[in-house]
Amino acid sequence: MKYFLFCVFFFCIYILYEGLQKDPNLVPSNLISKEIPEFSIESLQGKNFTNVDLENKGVVILNFFASWCPPCKIEHPQLLQLSNIIPVFGIAKKNKKKDLLPWLEELGSPYEVIGMDHNGLQSINWGVYGLPETFIIQDGLVKYRHVGPILERDLEIFKNLTRKE
Amino acid sequence: MIIFIFFMNIILSEAVAIEPNEILKNKELEAQARAIGKELRCLVCQNEDIQNSNADIAKDLRKIVRIKLEKGESKKEIIDFIHSKYGDFVLFSPPFRFDTVGLWLLPISFFILLTFYFFRKR
Repeated sequence: MKYFLFCVFFFCIYILYEGLQKDPNLVPSNLISKEIPEFSIESLQGKNFTNVDLENKGVVILNFFASWCPPCKIEHPQLLQLSNIIPVFGIAKKNKKKDLLPWLEELGSPYEVIGMDHNGLQSINWGVYGLPETFIIQDGLVKYRHVGPILERDLEIFKNLTRKE
Repeated sequence: MIIFIFFMNIILSEAVAIEPNEILKNKELEAQARAIGKELRCLVCQNEDIQNSNADIAKDLRKIVRIKLEKGESKKEIIDFIHSKYGDFVLFSPPFRFDTVGLWLLPISFFILLTFYFFRKR
């Protein structure tokens, strides 16, 4: 019995030790390999932007951003690069048109369509934690989710995942 | 006396981050919204519920809870919706499933085991 309790004790220590190795900042996504959520929002051009726009285009990128978000500026050149390879769509969170338009004019726009998430509820619909966040969508399924700005070193991952087979 | 008041303040004040314009007029729904808010984790602030957090995402979650309550959705429907978007991490009490069985049963079984061990020795 004593020996058994010792085993249990060391097993617990092992589990707790393993737990220490985990990064509490890694945020899990519940959308991976699931269908994209349904949505319908106004686009920057004043049209309708819905989930159907993302479904029938093969591989696309959906980027959550805002002009008030500094890291979004950091990832912007990378998005411009990616937009040469695959269609990039954007959803601007809590962004006013008068702030967004000059921002895009200054930096250039990689986006085919920009949806306006005025109240931030669309971001919750996508399980977004913070900005920027980027999804790779293939045939209406979420394939990959990138949290934080896309840096130069992340481009490889994106290029591999979005390569047309 | 001042120190006493100071400490009573800490004890009695329920720390909530809700802003006045968020509060619903319907008191019953507001109470429900707060009950739901206590069960949902603010995802970016390490073990704080959305009720007590000032983070942007917590504000948005509080807002969506209230919008859905006003639409007449039940507590379960709302929690299920947010759970489906953010996964188990958003819930303070994990669901009882095959892979979480240990989480729920281990403490109880430890208690039983140790009581058994303790009494047998005598």
